[in-house]
Amino acid sequence: MEPQHGDRPHLSGPSLYPIAFAAGVACILVGLIVSPLVIAPIGAGIAVFFGYLWARDATMEYRKTPEPIEPERAEAAQAAPAAPPIPAHEGEAAMPEPEPGERFPRSRFLEASTLGLGAVIGGLVTVPVVGFMVVPAFKGQGYPSVDLGPLENFPEGKWFITTFFQHPEAGNVSRRTVYLRNNGQLNGEPSFTIISNRCAHLGCPVQPNGPIQSDQKAVDKEKAGQRVTRIPMIPAGGFGCPCHGGQYDPEGNRTAGPPVRALDRFNFSIVNGHLVLGAPFSVTHVDGEGKNAKIHAAKLAGPGQHIDGWEQVFYPVQPPH
Amino acid sequence: MAVAPAKTRKSERRQKMGAAVTYPLDWLEERSGLVGGIRYFLFRKVPGDTNWFHTLGSATLTAFLVQALTGAILAMYYQPDPATAYQSINHITNDVTLGWLVRGMHKWGASVFIILMFFHMARVFLFGAYKYPRELNWIIGVMLLTVGMLEGFTGYLLPWDQTAYWATVVGINLNGTAPILGPFLADFLRGGAEIGGDTLTRFYSMHMLLIPGLIFALIGLHLYLVVRLGVSSPPWSREAAGGLGAGADYEAPSGNGRVGLTEPTARSGYRRNGDE
Repeated sequence: MEPQHGDRPHLSGPSLYPIAFAAGVACILVGLIVSPLVIAPIGAGIAVFFGYLWARDATMEYRKTPEPIEPERAEAAQAAPAAPPIPAHEGEAAMPEPEPGERFPRSRFLEASTLGLGAVIGGLVTVPVVGFMVVPAFKGQGYPSVDLGPLENFPEGKWFITTFFQHPEAGNVSRRTVYLRNNGQLNGEPSFTIISNRCAHLGCPVQPNGPIQSDQKAVDKEKAGQRVTRIPMIPAGGFGCPCHGGQYDPEGNRTAGPPVRALDRFNFSIVNGHLVLGAPFSVTHVDGEGKNAKIHAAKLAGPGQHIDGWEQVFYPVQPPH
Repeated sequence: MAVAPAKTRKSERRQKMGAAVTYPLDWLEERSGLVGGIRYFLFRKVPGDTNWFHTLGSATLTAFLVQALTGAILAMYYQPDPATAYQSINHITNDVTLGWLVRGMHKWGASVFIILMFFHMARVFLFGAYKYPRELNWIIGVMLLTVGMLEGFTGYLLPWDQTAYWATVVGINLNGTAPILGPFLADFLRGGAEIGGDTLTRFYSMHMLLIPGLIFALIGLHLYLVVRLGVSSPPWSREAAGGLGAGADYEAPSGNGRVGLTEPTARSGYRRNGDE
């Protein structure tokens, strides 16, 4: 007996719907981070729309109305007595004929619904779990202001290794270090150079190339879990990284080694006569020095990430900090 | 004359003892097929002129099992908390009975595992054992190498000392320099913008739950393919290796193995393909 559709199995041709569907899913994921209320629903819309089109496209074969076969069968039945019987080792195995006019047999429906239901249950379980794993790493990240103490703790022109807790509630694990110097007054405002100790190569702690006066270490009284320490030092030779040998001048400009830019810096403000540390930012390079320095600033980037030159195209988006 | 009956009695007793030993095995075999399964799993045609290089895979597997066992025991004493992790490692090393030994096995065994993976990989490469039909097993092996090194990366942080901390800072920032997604990958690994308590617990979970599960699954696939395809002959050998089946190196592709999966079966009433 001839097959009902007398041609080779039809494999659906290449389709752009899966790609558009994937783009929608990617849009959801990006939207969850960037803006859960606008981008993510748009992505969901795209995914649902193209997912529907994809499913419709993929199942077109099955849903196609079968060609009318009733007349042929009647004909075949009439011709049957004349035709020689097909030998057992030839032809197709005897299978139950599809019910005439049955477009979507029960077994296939059950198959599809089992798979579909399984996929829905799997998704319901997986999506929140994966979100739980990924999203907290990007939410509520930031650099809360830190009170480093009264201005008179930082005499003009002197460098200090200053450590503090970025998140006092997290304790010692959040201890960070900055190298800071009071540059004196600039246009009637106090000026500070506050350099992060995070190497711009791969994030090791850079060290001052010069004497560190550890015997003059001062520890501020603990307040609300915060603990600020100050050690005077003289970074005559700038800063150097112990890990891979990156070298910087006292303004944080790279002078040698693998770092891709200058050392990061911190914003600051003066509140009630106290020096208050703000958020860090990245720096391509610094012209001049002290209070007259011209800082070429950029958005905070991770160590090793270029923020100038053609290589910056590799890092177009930064996670929200 | 006196000897023969004694001999028979002894033989009978031996037979009964033998039956007593084999009865549980037969019981198990009849109900599960496991006894024959072990035979199927372990017995292969191996050429006579093979050599010790063919044992590197099993050696790697053994190294991994040592890691899994010692790691599970170490987890009974280790505390993945920034305040106590280092002290708990000290406690394991100095106070707990044989803790120094188990921790040492885990620490040095990690290097042994990685080194053996590379030796095994070199053997497969130099013997040409990655060729048809074993390409897929090479691919799975490369995945195992990758996740094995991820184990090394995540485990290195757990002692929570200066070396561990800064090595992990550097490692995560290296990931952060990957184009486009690097900064996001770094934040995902850290569990935030900065290394902290979340980094330690997340590395701990990856190190002892997620990645080992993945490795077990991949090893299962790896061994399944070894059982299915058999080992390969060394390049100098004239003997065929392979599975037990009739000296065949592999089962000939049958072509209709997909029936019922990606090809509709006849039971659905749909025969869209004209052949078969």
